[in-house]
Amino acid sequence: MSNIPETGRTPRVQIRLVVIQILVFSLLLTLGGRLWYLQIRNGKEYTDEAKNNHVQQVVQPAVRGSLLDARGVPLADNETRLVVSASRTDLMKMKDRGKTVLTRLAGVLDMKPDEVINKIRLCDSKTPKPCWNGSPYQPIPVTDEATTQQALQIRERAEDFPGITAEPTAVRRYPAPGKSRTSQVLGYLSPVTDAEIEKAKDTDSPFLRSDQIGRSGLERTYDKELRGKAGVTRYEVDNLGRVIGQAKNDPAIPGSNVVTSIDARVQAVAEWELHNAMVEARKVHDKNTSENYKADSGAVVVMENKTGRIVAMASQPDYDPNAWVGGISAKDYAALTGKDSNFPLLNRAIQGQAAPGSIFKVIPTTAAVNAGYDFNGRYPCPSSYSIGNQVFKNFESQGHGSITLGQALEVSCDTVYYALSHQQWQKDGGMKPKKNANDWFYKTAHQFGLGAETGIDLPNEVTGRVPDRKWKQDFWADNKDYWCRIGKKGGTYVQQLSYENCLEGNLMRAGDSVNYSIGQGDTLVTPIQMATIYAAIANGGTLWNPTVGKAIVSPDGKKVTEIKPTSHGKLPMDTKTQALIEEALAGVATRGTAAWRFGGWPQDKIPMHAKTGTAEVYGKQTTSWFATYTKDYAIVMTIAQGGTGSGASGPAVRNIYDALYGLDDAGNQDLKRALLPQPQKSLPKIETDGSIDAPKIKPYDPEIGKIDPNAPPKAPDDTPQADPDKPDQQELAGPPAAWRRD
Amino acid sequence: MTAPHGFSVSRYAPERGTLAKLAARDSVVRRLDWPILLSALALSFIGALLVWSATRGRTELNNGDPYYFLFRHVLNTGIGVALMIGTIWLGHRTLRGAVPVLYGLSIVLILAVLTPLGATINGAHAWIVVGGGFSLQPSEFVKITIILVMAMLLAAKVDAGDQIHPDHRTVAKALTLAALPMGIVMLMPDLGSVMVMAVIVLGVLLASGASNRWVLGLIGAGIGGAVLVTALGMLDEYQINRFAAFANPDLDPAGVGYNTNQARIAIGSGGLLGAGLFKGSQTTGQFVPEQQTDFVFTVAGEELGFVGAGLILVLLGVVLWRACRIARETTELYGTVVAAGIIAWFAFQSFENIGMTLGIMPVAGLPLPFVSYGGSSMFAVWVAIGLLQSIRVQRPMTA
Repeated sequence: MSNIPETGRTPRVQIRLVVIQILVFSLLLTLGGRLWYLQIRNGKEYTDEAKNNHVQQVVQPAVRGSLLDARGVPLADNETRLVVSASRTDLMKMKDRGKTVLTRLAGVLDMKPDEVINKIRLCDSKTPKPCWNGSPYQPIPVTDEATTQQALQIRERAEDFPGITAEPTAVRRYPAPGKSRTSQVLGYLSPVTDAEIEKAKDTDSPFLRSDQIGRSGLERTYDKELRGKAGVTRYEVDNLGRVIGQAKNDPAIPGSNVVTSIDARVQAVAEWELHNAMVEARKVHDKNTSENYKADSGAVVVMENKTGRIVAMASQPDYDPNAWVGGISAKDYAALTGKDSNFPLLNRAIQGQAAPGSIFKVIPTTAAVNAGYDFNGRYPCPSSYSIGNQVFKNFESQGHGSITLGQALEVSCDTVYYALSHQQWQKDGGMKPKKNANDWFYKTAHQFGLGAETGIDLPNEVTGRVPDRKWKQDFWADNKDYWCRIGKKGGTYVQQLSYENCLEGNLMRAGDSVNYSIGQGDTLVTPIQMATIYAAIANGGTLWNPTVGKAIVSPDGKKVTEIKPTSHGKLPMDTKTQALIEEALAGVATRGTAAWRFGGWPQDKIPMHAKTGTAEVYGKQTTSWFATYTKDYAIVMTIAQGGTGSGASGPAVRNIYDALYGLDDAGNQDLKRALLPQPQKSLPKIETDGSIDAPKIKPYDPEIGKIDPNAPPKAPDDTPQADPDKPDQQELAGPPAAWRRD
Repeated sequence: MTAPHGFSVSRYAPERGTLAKLAARDSVVRRLDWPILLSALALSFIGALLVWSATRGRTELNNGDPYYFLFRHVLNTGIGVALMIGTIWLGHRTLRGAVPVLYGLSIVLILAVLTPLGATINGAHAWIVVGGGFSLQPSEFVKITIILVMAMLLAAKVDAGDQIHPDHRTVAKALTLAALPMGIVMLMPDLGSVMVMAVIVLGVLLASGASNRWVLGLIGAGIGGAVLVTALGMLDEYQINRFAAFANPDLDPAGVGYNTNQARIAIGSGGLLGAGLFKGSQTTGQFVPEQQTDFVFTVAGEELGFVGAGLILVLLGVVLWRACRIARETTELYGTVVAAGIIAWFAFQSFENIGMTLGIMPVAGLPLPFVSYGGSSMFAVWVAIGLLQSIRVQRPMTA
């Protein structure tokens, strides 16, 4: 029997009913097919999209590790401030969008309600500051200077302050132990840029918008170790950003501590002495420029000879690194970087380069020996040396007769080096160099590590310059257009020089090699390079890469990774030459150009070696250089526009040694007072709770070693006996002659 | 019916009570179409769960009571079932006599919407706020009225045996009576409902046996009108973008495009078995707007997966399949036309509602029958089920 009843209806209606049924089920099938397509076929894609929709990350910053001195004294650490923060997500859930709570909070914090409300609004192009530039899911700091009283009020009445927290939070601090700022060495932090955030976004350590990262100095070099790993909590949020669940929680891992080889006490002495030496130099009249020395900048490096570790490093002018904490003000920023600031951010110990003057002479001495000259041969030291119609004078046009290379170092005789360098220049082919020219004097400078970075663990070290043939060619190619434009024969000094440079600036001229031989001309070195070289002479020839960082210690003190010193070469001298150079440098300290600064020095107990340098700079006053070392330490100081090496830097360097070894003016040692008679070997102990038992530090008392603070340096009386063979040396060792060239 | 001879059961058993009567072979209860009833009940039950899931976190809507919408949905279903029983009891034939009254009442109600009594909800000025948190959407009932009034007119002479098919005058009259309330609803403006009504009219005309010219003419007029409106630039670009955003959400990323996009993410992320009830992140996170009403299907897609969402399609299929059977098997044209109108209504409204959540239909504010939250819609679809049951119950037994 048909299931279509006898309705008496026409086929038209029957057919149409079937059509309707077919249409209806086609629609349902369409829906089913589409559902399958979305859910089964492309389901994965939409699942991922749904995840992105819902998950927001909240980052808890890791506490930054401390920078410690060699004995554990914090040079940079964190202080706890009470930070009151507001959770935007909580506040926005309230009916009045948190207005009541914020007004109440303003009352407790003695702020205006608007001030508080403005601080937690989100920044956009139309919103003037203050506004919050970070993630809206991050608690937004309202103040970081809450008092304990205020914090307690907020915490005890939590029900009145929903969404408000008052938590102790770590803020960077540079405590300057013993008044040692260590500014440029420590560096500073500044907020991350958008580009850096974007770059770190998908790494395991994403940045907060409020994050700070190391921009210079140790803060930058060891940024990764110090920063630790921020904690990330992933929250599921709804369409209004309200948190509806916690997906994942990685707790923050605090940053490691970096133990440095800096000794805060020695650093304080070095900083004070450098600054004082510059102040004193400004009281001295410069007869060349007929005004007092400007002494506008300077640097001093105290290095361990046997490891290359930096015990102290100071650069003037300096600044208070705390200026950067919590965001630097526009005024402070201008004072640190402006045109008239004299650039206190520069670490002149590694970024200041100048002609070295006579402290360079250990290099041509070694070069001469390597070129085949006998160290103890006899070389004329006339008052001047002539090439064609050019006359190169010895200092003060003094002559010293015929002397050894060692004596040439002691008395700093320029003409000996002029002659040797000139001879080698001629041997190498002069203006038309041979194909395989020896270039001993230049090759040796490179072997000493000049013209290249020392590899110190501080950023942006500069290389200095060895003005060899290749450099001359490159430099000429870069500048010839300018020289040829302004050059004029017989014009002013600059015009004449440019004229000559235009013609043959690409060639090593006789005069160039003569000037170069005494560390003048185009030669540039950094204080750290010279400290590395003098430390190498002391340690048997190893050129260490200087290091400030000594060890990375985990926050709980359990994991200690020592930073082992590495070297970048050996000095190109045999032990015999080295011994002879050492003897000569000891002679400089006892009877040579530096002797008047080391009166009363216990040379038999603590052998002192020194070399003074006074470099000429065109258009400026002379640069003072002083390079010294004992068995354990090398100290190099320089003062730009400061006068002579021994004159400007001598007393300061002597005082640093006195502090290291506990000596008084007369050379009596008091080991109780000695800051560091031997380099610090052991590392400070960091307890499992992160505390450090660091010794207390007293500020440096510059008067402590003075027997009679009013007495002038006793140089003339202490002048050591002159070499019987060379009676005229006595004059050289004598002071006062602040203007004298060493 | 009497007790068997020679043996009276009356002493041992009670007289056949109401229950027994209902269970009797020829009783109304036995003759009901149970698949359609159970499917509709199942859809309403699933709807209750989905509405609950979508609203338990929406504190701004439920006044802090997570069960608020669940309770109301169940209550609406109960009232709906009661309305169905009432409709069966009255019978569709009895209702035929009341059609003029119902029609007049409908016109009054939708006109009232246009007066200050009316309220705008979600952009459609289609509501009358009754008070006590209740509001009425008369256009839902107008759908029934249109079906009944057209069926009454078109079937009258055919069922009386005067005509084989309704003549042109009758069709014109029926169309005019349908056009009046549609015009008023258009003014609200509630275009979604007008679209459904147009499809209902088409279904009714088809089933009535009206001349092909009318059917084709109506389809042609619909297409022509749409082309005309677009061609004459009567719509602003944003309106066209809004319309087209279902296919390309970028056209209206903050408005309709956002809805479609989030709806598609919700459904797509459900996969085969879904995230589990209350566990869908799109639903918990309230990323899909209007999720308890127009976009309720996304909850099913995300939390119950292909299996659960497919079940809804199957249940709707059962309802429509049984409705088609009822339309075919009834003896009088009146019943066939009413059933066809209801089929057109349910089929198109379901297709439009689910289609827009799946991104294959433009977004229009239409509820999913039985599943979406909303009293007026719930009552209307259950009255429609009552009409279908009545048509089935009252047709002469063929066995």
